[in-house]
Amino acid sequence: MALKLRVDDKLIVRAREAAHRITGEVQGFIEQHTTTSTERAVVRLFGVEGKGLDDVPLPNLVVENIQDGGGLDKGASYWVCNAMARHSLSAQEVAQAVGHGKLDLIKVAQADEGRIRETAHLIAQETLDRITRNRQTRSGFINQWGERPAPWLYIIVATGNIYEDVIQAQNAARQGADVIAVIRSTAQSLLDYVPEGATTEGFAGTYATQENFRIMRRALDEVSEELGRYIRLTNYASGLCMPEIAALGAVERLDMMLSDSMYGILFRDINMKRTLVDQHFARMIQAQAGIIINTGEDNYLTTDDAYEAANTVLASQFINEQFAHRSGMTDELIGLGHAFEMDPRQEDGLLYEMADALLSRHCFPKAPLKYMPPTRHMTGNIFMGHIMDAMFNLTSVATNQHIHLIGVMTEAIHTPFLHDRALAIENARYVFGYARHFFEEFDLKKGGLIEKRANDVLQQSVDLLEHIEHVGLMTAIAEGTFGRVRRQPTGGKGLDGVVAKGPQHFNPFFDLILKGGAH
Amino acid sequence: MEPNWVKPYGDTTNDGAMQLSFTLPVKNGGVAREAAKRLCESMNLENVQIVHQKDLGGGYTFFVVYGRCTQAVDISDIHVPEVQAPSWDMHQVNTIAHEKLGRKITVVGACTGTDAHTVGLDAILNMKGFHGNYGLERYSEFTVHNLGSQVPNETLVAKAIEVNADAILVSQVVTQKNIHLSNLTQLVDLLEAEGLRDSIILIAGGPRITHELAVELGYDAGFGPGTVPSEVASYLLKELLGRKGIMI
Repeated sequence: MALKLRVDDKLIVRAREAAHRITGEVQGFIEQHTTTSTERAVVRLFGVEGKGLDDVPLPNLVVENIQDGGGLDKGASYWVCNAMARHSLSAQEVAQAVGHGKLDLIKVAQADEGRIRETAHLIAQETLDRITRNRQTRSGFINQWGERPAPWLYIIVATGNIYEDVIQAQNAARQGADVIAVIRSTAQSLLDYVPEGATTEGFAGTYATQENFRIMRRALDEVSEELGRYIRLTNYASGLCMPEIAALGAVERLDMMLSDSMYGILFRDINMKRTLVDQHFARMIQAQAGIIINTGEDNYLTTDDAYEAANTVLASQFINEQFAHRSGMTDELIGLGHAFEMDPRQEDGLLYEMADALLSRHCFPKAPLKYMPPTRHMTGNIFMGHIMDAMFNLTSVATNQHIHLIGVMTEAIHTPFLHDRALAIENARYVFGYARHFFEEFDLKKGGLIEKRANDVLQQSVDLLEHIEHVGLMTAIAEGTFGRVRRQPTGGKGLDGVVAKGPQHFNPFFDLILKGGAH
Repeated sequence: MEPNWVKPYGDTTNDGAMQLSFTLPVKNGGVAREAAKRLCESMNLENVQIVHQKDLGGGYTFFVVYGRCTQAVDISDIHVPEVQAPSWDMHQVNTIAHEKLGRKITVVGACTGTDAHTVGLDAILNMKGFHGNYGLERYSEFTVHNLGSQVPNETLVAKAIEVNADAILVSQVVTQKNIHLSNLTQLVDLLEAEGLRDSIILIAGGPRITHELAVELGYDAGFGPGTVPSEVASYLLKELLGRKGIMI
C-alpha cells in the first residue's frame, strides 16, 4: 500500500459491528421470504432458456404458473422437479410445456418429496459444477497470463447494439482496458423479466440477455488471446431481476457485476423488501462464481454533497460488506464503490478526496475497491474535464484503488466517442505510470489535515451506523439517509413479487452452497 | 444597422484560428493524414495543419487539426431571444412575492424520460444551489417538489396536478439521438391534453437548451448552462405577477 493512514482503529471495529447488527436485524426477514425473481433465477439455473406464449420468457411463465396456482411458497424447484420426476422430462421440457399452456405444474400429481429433492439436487449440482468450471477457466487464464497492477482500467461500452459493443469492447481492450462493462439499456432494471436473444436496439446501453453475455464473453476471450492478458467482463445485476441476471452471469462467466444491496431501492425505486431478499441469493450465486461485485455508493455523491456526505458512503460500504458476507462472499470479491465528486472550486479538494479514498482503502484492506470518476461537476468544458480526470487518476494511484472506472472528458455531453475513450485511457495510463511509486516515498503528516479529515469522516460514519442500528435499516432508508433519497418499506416496484416461504419451501442451490457442496 | 463581420480569433484580429479534433475510419498513415487535410479544406479552412495523429487501432485514426477559417459572420444581423427577467436576489424575490403575490409559489421539477443526470435540476432546486446562489428550496416563498431523475412525463404531470403547481421545471442533460427533444415535446402534448398548458409555467433547462429552442418547443422559457437559481426565481415571480396583471 502506498500512503498509510493512521485512524482510530477501534472506530473501524465499532462501525463493522454496527453494520453486522444492522444487516442481522433484516436477515431474518430475508431468509423467511423468497421472490418471483429469485425463483426465476432457480429455473434459469436449471438450464431453462427461451420464450413461450406471447414471447414471454419461459422462466416467467413457469413462475407465474406456480404463483397463480398459489404454490410459490414451496418454491419453483418443488414444482418443476415434481413434474420432471412424474413425466421423466428435463427442466427445459417442463418449462416449454408450461410455456405453451400444455402443462399446469400445480395439477401434476405429487411425487414423493424425497424424490423431488433428489432430482433438484442432481440438476443443481450440474449447474454448480459448470459454474465451478467457469471459475477454473478464469483462474487458468489469469495464471497463464498474469495480472496487471491495480488500478485496473474499467471501460464502458454503451452502443445499444451488442455487435457494435463487441467492436468497441475489443478496441477498448487493445487501447488498454482491463475490464469491459456493457452498460444496460436504460430502465432495464425496471423490467420484471430478462429479455431473450441477441439484441441490437437499446437506449444508452444494450440489454442484458444470456445470449448477449455469451457473445461478449466470446469476443473478450478472443481479444484476451490476442493481447495475452485476461480481459474481464462486467454487467449489471441490480434491478428487479437481480438474482436472474446474477445467475446468467455465473453461467456465462462474467467476472464482475454491479450488485448493490440498496441501489435499486434508492435510485430505481424498487421495493426495499424485494431488493433485500433478491440481493441475498444473487450474491450467493456470484460468490460461487467468483464474480467480483461492484457496489454503488458513488451514486450517493451525485445526489448529495461529496464533502458533507462522505460518511454516508463509508457507512453504506460497511453495510454492503456485511450483506455480502452473509451471502458467503469473501473480501476479495467485494468491490465497494466510492467516487471522486468534490466541487473543483473547493480549496484543498484534492486533500479531502485523498483522505476519503485512503479511508475506504484502510477500512477494507482486501476489497477490490471500485473508484468512480467525476460526473457531477463535469461540464461541456472538456479541457477542464480532462484535468479533473487527471486529478482523479492521481488520487486513484496514490491511494491504491483497484477497479478504476475511466473518467472521460465528454462525461456531461454524450456517451463516449472512440477518441474520447482513447484520450481518457491515455490520460489514466500516463498518470498511473508516471506516479506509480511516487507516493511510497511519503509518510502522511501525523495529525495533519488528511488524518484529521479521515478521522472525522470515520467518526461520523460510526455515529450514522449506530443511528441506523437504533432505528433499523428500513426506517433509515425511509429517512433519506443515503443520497438524501427517501423510500418507504411498502413503496416502490416489485413488492407483489415477495412471498413468504412455506414450511416445504426449498431451493437446492441454498442447500448445496450452504453445505459447501458446490466445491 | 452597420454590418459587423467577425472571424475566430487566435492571436491576431481576423486570423480565423480554429482547432478541431476528430477520428477518421482510415488506417493511420499518409493516406489518413491527407484525407484529414482535404476534409478540412473542403470545410473552408485554409493553412490546415495536422498537428497530431494517432492510431486508435481497428483501422481508425484520431487527428488534432489547426486551420484558418475563411468565413466570417455578421453579428449585427443576429437576434437571439433571451429570457426577460429582473435580476432580483433571493431576499428580493421573497419580499416581492410576499407583498405582491401574497401566496407561496409551488414548483415541480424533474429530469424526464431516461435522463439520470440531476446535476442541473439540483443546482436550481436544492437548498445548496449553485455558484453560491441558493436553490429554490431555500426560498421562504417557494414550495419545491423535486422528483429527481428518470421521471416519466405522465408522473410529472400527475404530480403537478396533485400539488396544484404554478410551474414545471424540466431538465434534460445527457442525450442520444436527440431523444431529449421528443421528451420535451411529449410533455407539452400531455399538458395540452389535460387542458393545463396555459395555466402552468413550463420551463426547460440543460446544457443544450436555449430560450429560443424552448419557446420553439412550446415552453414559456428555457435556461442554458450557468443559470443560477435566482434568475429562475425572478423570472417565475415576474411571470406570475404579470399573469395577475401586476407589472413591476
